[in-house]
Amino acid sequence: MKYTAKRIGMLLITMVLVSLLTFVAFSLVSGDPAQTKLGVEATPEALAALRHEWGLDRPLIVRYISWLGGFFTGDLGVSYRYGSPVWSLVAPKLGLTLLMCLMSFLLIVVISIPLGVWSHRWVGGAFDWVHTAFNQLCMAVPPFFTGILLSYAFGILLRVFVPGESIDLGAHLARSLRHLFFAAVCVAIPRIAMTVRMMRATVVGEMNKAYVRTAISRGNDRHGVLWGHVLKNSLVATVTFLGQTMAEIIGGSIVVEQVFGVPGLGSFLVSSINTRDYPVVQTIVVILAFWVVLAGTLADLIDRAIDPRLRLGGTK
Amino acid sequence: MKRKVIASLLALALILAALAGCAGKTTPTASSSDLNAAEKTGRAAANELVVGIAQDFDSLDPDHMTAAGTKEVLFNVFEGLVKPTSAGDIVPAVASAVEKSADGLSYVFTLREGVKFHNGNAVTMDDVVYSIERRRNGEDAAAKLAPLDIISGLEPSADGKTLTVTLSEPSNEFLAYIMNAYILPADYADQETAPVGTGPYKFVSRAVQDNLVLERFADYWGQGGSLDKVTFKILESAEGLVLGLQSGALDLVAHLTTTQTKQLNAADFKVEQGSMNLVQALYLNNAVAPFDDVRVRQALCYAISKQQIIDLAFDGYGIPLGTSMFPSFGKYYDESLTDYYTYDTDRAKELLTEAGYPDGFDMTITVPSNYQPHVDTAEAIKMQLETVGINVTILPVEWGAWLEDVYGGRQFESTITGLTSDNMTARKLLERFGSQQSNNFTNYNNADYDAILAKAVSAADDAEQTELYRQLEKNLTENAANVYIQDMADLVAVRTGVEGLTFYPLYVLDVSLLRWA
Repeated sequence: MKYTAKRIGMLLITMVLVSLLTFVAFSLVSGDPAQTKLGVEATPEALAALRHEWGLDRPLIVRYISWLGGFFTGDLGVSYRYGSPVWSLVAPKLGLTLLMCLMSFLLIVVISIPLGVWSHRWVGGAFDWVHTAFNQLCMAVPPFFTGILLSYAFGILLRVFVPGESIDLGAHLARSLRHLFFAAVCVAIPRIAMTVRMMRATVVGEMNKAYVRTAISRGNDRHGVLWGHVLKNSLVATVTFLGQTMAEIIGGSIVVEQVFGVPGLGSFLVSSINTRDYPVVQTIVVILAFWVVLAGTLADLIDRAIDPRLRLGGTK
Repeated sequence: MKRKVIASLLALALILAALAGCAGKTTPTASSSDLNAAEKTGRAAANELVVGIAQDFDSLDPDHMTAAGTKEVLFNVFEGLVKPTSAGDIVPAVASAVEKSADGLSYVFTLREGVKFHNGNAVTMDDVVYSIERRRNGEDAAAKLAPLDIISGLEPSADGKTLTVTLSEPSNEFLAYIMNAYILPADYADQETAPVGTGPYKFVSRAVQDNLVLERFADYWGQGGSLDKVTFKILESAEGLVLGLQSGALDLVAHLTTTQTKQLNAADFKVEQGSMNLVQALYLNNAVAPFDDVRVRQALCYAISKQQIIDLAFDGYGIPLGTSMFPSFGKYYDESLTDYYTYDTDRAKELLTEAGYPDGFDMTITVPSNYQPHVDTAEAIKMQLETVGINVTILPVEWGAWLEDVYGGRQFESTITGLTSDNMTARKLLERFGSQQSNNFTNYNNADYDAILAKAVSAADDAEQTELYRQLEKNLTENAANVYIQDMADLVAVRTGVEGLTFYPLYVLDVSLLRWA
């Protein structure tokens, strides 16, 4: 209980710190929201009026405190660009990105855990070389490029989905899900490769430990030891890694969303930074921070459930 | 060993199955033409069109929009008392007739009968006065259109059928400015989210960062559109737009590069070439050394080959320019200025030596990094200037930073951008180089220029004004204010079967002329 309270406190502090950093960072870089909104022909009077309307003529600290006050009372402000409340703009995009990341995460778990455990058997064999090379390739190719390849192969040649079409879960669910699925695959590929490699190294390490030798010498079959003991001991490292993956997927989704034309959080963040739509940027950055800390916390909680040593204050 | 092989094969199969798992009703490989045909017949039958665009709209309120990409689309939704034609003329729209007084100080607009707003209400004189006032009085600072300051009085007739607009001084460009006072319903507050105008297409819906849907306005006063529905789909990546065309999701995309158009199947798409109607140049900060020396600026003009840039970075598409004017502005355009400086590196070196830079110098070109054509141009210029000993550093900056530092703050040595005129006046392209102009970001300061400009702006006679504008162009060329490069080509991919694409001397896409054959 005390532990949970501590984690929640940490979460809040992180979010506040991140929001403060974002605030300061954007006050340092050049780019004036009013000039961006009114364009090259804006008169100085119009610019000043707009800055005043948005409260940009107040000192940084006053602006931050007023934003923070709004944040804790559920008021995220109004978008400079769209003139609508930030939450009404961000919410549908958050849903789409969450769905895509969830699909991506499931793919990673379902594919890379069995494959990682399995792959330890190939160590030293001829297939190991092929496997390692393929793995490296998957990690090295940028998602942007994978996105184009997937769109071309599955969108244009195989016609499984229609690249460039609007994603509308309400109007045509199946079509939209197929579209999102390939975006999710694109995000997942490099992380699958990394997870497989990590799993493989962990399993190989565990298999060389004394308890495995003992278990096998006592007559357990190798297979049983692998799935019964080794996997469980490898899980702590894997869950921690998957926690990081959860956090990184959303970063990977930014580029992928643009290639696949998914109107999600990532592409909205990029365009909001370009148009200096600070209320939107601020909100998305805080959501991302929340996501990252949450993923870490969840991984930690699961680890503690799997491994009693962690609950008793031991080390991993 | 055998088991290992089987295991490996199974693992591979697992990956492939997972990748293709969701495929559902995967049909055998089809050529992209078949696919296009299927998507196309669907939309042709429904009389719909999907246009791909590269950026979201900055505002749906026409008096607040500033982005060229927004004006391009909303041109179909809003009209002023008068509106432009593709030939560059200004014709009556919400007004049915315009009469100019002999002294040029008053215009009488007759309100067209039976013009309706998209919400079904008839356009009244109140709406017209409200719409002009909104752009003029400055209560809404963002909506203010400074050139309308010359209006000294708006007088509707007692029967509400005509409007007399009095000017404080004569202006040949008045109609071009009043064109942008879009007629809107008086005191309607939701323009930003549910825009209402009088154009041939009406607003239906918008999904932020995703799309905008327009529908044919059945009660339009004029000829009106042919397509029932037009969707503008936003795809921010260049590859996304090409994939969208190839997959059949999009029917038309403008402003493509040759790299993009080359990826399209010629059986499915026709690529039409227009021009962007902008002046792309290496804009120099005339206030900083060494660009404050006319010999250095001229040396740059001699050392840079426009044609080579066009060939190298634009596959030969583009019209070379020698001053701040482009061909679609007809009578204002002086073609003879294009070759005023012929490519001559020896002459460039001579001028540099005279100016005290025999070994060249270092310079920085600041480019907005989101405009690839400008970045490519900078690369080509860097290469060319090396031969005369000038060392170029290219500094890519983000658009927001460019606006504030370069355009607003004038903190730069040189930059590449394209300047446009959104109201079809030559004035817009030339006035900005007057030394006292707030948008003279190049700090061009020439007494002759200022004197001619003052005369040109207030000239009542059109022929005289045209002549003065041409003198301004010549002044810019002779003094090498900037290194003028080209009017970039506008490549538009249009799906086979779609007809009626028409280029304007403005940055607009008139969808009311498009139709399925």
